[in-house]
Amino acid sequence: MSIQVRNVSHIYSKGLPDEQLALDNINFDIYDGEVVGIIGHTGSGKSTLLQHLNGLLKPDEGTIIIGDVDITKPGVSMRDIRRRVGLVFQYPEYQLFEETVALDVAFGPKNLGLRQDEVDDRVEEALELVGLDYEEVKDRSPFDLSGGQKRRVAIAGVIAMKPQVLILDEPTAGLDPGAHKEIMQMIREIHRTENNIIIFVSHNMADVAELSDKVMVMDRGKMITVGTPAEVFTRRNRLAAIGLDVPPVTEMMYELKDRGVEVSTNVLNLKDAEEELYRYLRGKKAK
Amino acid sequence: MIRDITLGQYYPGDSPIHRLDPRIKIIATVLYIVELFIVNSFIGFGICAGVLFVTVAISKVPISYIMRGLKPILLILLFTFFLNIFMVDGRVLWKIGFLKVTDNGLYTAVFMSIRLLLLIIGSSLLTLATTPISLTDGIERLLTPLQKIGVPTHEIAMMMSIALRFIPTLLEETDKIMKAQQARGADFESGNIFKRAKSLIPILVPLFVSAFRIAQDLAMAMEARCYRGGKGRTRLHEMKFKAKDIWALIALNAFLVFIILERIYMTKVGG
Repeated sequence: MSIQVRNVSHIYSKGLPDEQLALDNINFDIYDGEVVGIIGHTGSGKSTLLQHLNGLLKPDEGTIIIGDVDITKPGVSMRDIRRRVGLVFQYPEYQLFEETVALDVAFGPKNLGLRQDEVDDRVEEALELVGLDYEEVKDRSPFDLSGGQKRRVAIAGVIAMKPQVLILDEPTAGLDPGAHKEIMQMIREIHRTENNIIIFVSHNMADVAELSDKVMVMDRGKMITVGTPAEVFTRRNRLAAIGLDVPPVTEMMYELKDRGVEVSTNVLNLKDAEEELYRYLRGKKAK
Repeated sequence: MIRDITLGQYYPGDSPIHRLDPRIKIIATVLYIVELFIVNSFIGFGICAGVLFVTVAISKVPISYIMRGLKPILLILLFTFFLNIFMVDGRVLWKIGFLKVTDNGLYTAVFMSIRLLLLIIGSSLLTLATTPISLTDGIERLLTPLQKIGVPTHEIAMMMSIALRFIPTLLEETDKIMKAQQARGADFESGNIFKRAKSLIPILVPLFVSAFRIAQDLAMAMEARCYRGGKGRTRLHEMKFKAKDIWALIALNAFLVFIILERIYMTKVGG
């Protein structure tokens, strides 16, 4: 399973005065089992891009190939695409509607036309995978849960469809630090068990640096950079030019360097930072 | 598709029509609707259509934009058309089974369709060329005399402006929820009428929840800024008639008189 995006452009309100080029000639590849972080400012086209990958929006130009299917071709079955690609929107808890948690999670699998016993199995599996106790929550109303729990239920509703590609649009938006950490842990867990492609949008650079194999940077509808976290976050000035930051740890190393401390800025997490600082201090002592 | 609904939407611009006093525009629209009902000949409709299209041209709102907004109303239009064509008695022109088309029926059908079409275009021009805020301000000012008999005019206007303000928000919300449910494999387009009605539940429940949440947030935000109704409230922008508003009013009255004369003349010629 891989994703190929070629020359994709999308225009909102075509032919109207508020016409807007939302995606401008986007190209990239995503390979099996990769975790991809997308960063960019609000309005840079991230959400528009995600909706293209799931067939909710059609590009005005270009092709998107998922696995062996060109989803931009007319007549392609939407059900087929959605079986492959699961999309979790921003604030997904606002899409909950059923009387019980179990029924809500079952909505997706049922729409795929699965048998009832298979649906039940998947619901249980999905709820456990997002870190909820199936027996405890299954008969509760989704509206009685806490914010973080609601979001887990909503995410379970998508992963119960067992997509080979899971897309999450700002999965931690509006959560407190505790719930934030848990959701990131949950995404890691989903990737470990399902071994699927995960694409996520985030404004938290530390999360992106830590979790992604590949980082894509978007600005005003254009794909500015695609690369490993190390490649992307070592260009602090370039990111700053489009209003984006590097992870806090990396920022710290840059600041140290600016003040004449000779450390490498090629550091993305605390562990590497610790090692680099040790190396520096040891070197200083030796002198 | 949901973005196509232009009902009650504002089309940004800076034309003479946009700059006109909202009270004049509201009065003009009401008069225009009255005129459409005074007219009883195709010549009259021709004049009304002419005036309308000149106004649209001045407002610089593209015709294509207005036409796009008509799409959802097309169904109602066709319904009235066929109802009239088959229901009105007269000399039979064609007969298909138990359905018969009469000369009077055909005449009324075309007549009513034109009237409806001009009515919708005319009234949508009002919201297209007036910002929601000045529109409700205008309504509030026009309703002021009713305050004397205890009508809460400010509250009515505030309710209207909130309702107008939240049409796009709720449309956007609906769009978002529909997409989220589609991503979970929901299908809104196939199946019989019961299945389709049932498929709306996953949209309606979250939409209601959102609507209440938005309403509560708004109420809280208004209270936090000490909103307490219209009593003793003053305005930053006082509405005042300017020369161009007076001219527009004169033109309106002239048009009204002309239409009435046309009707009298046509009735005389016809009778």
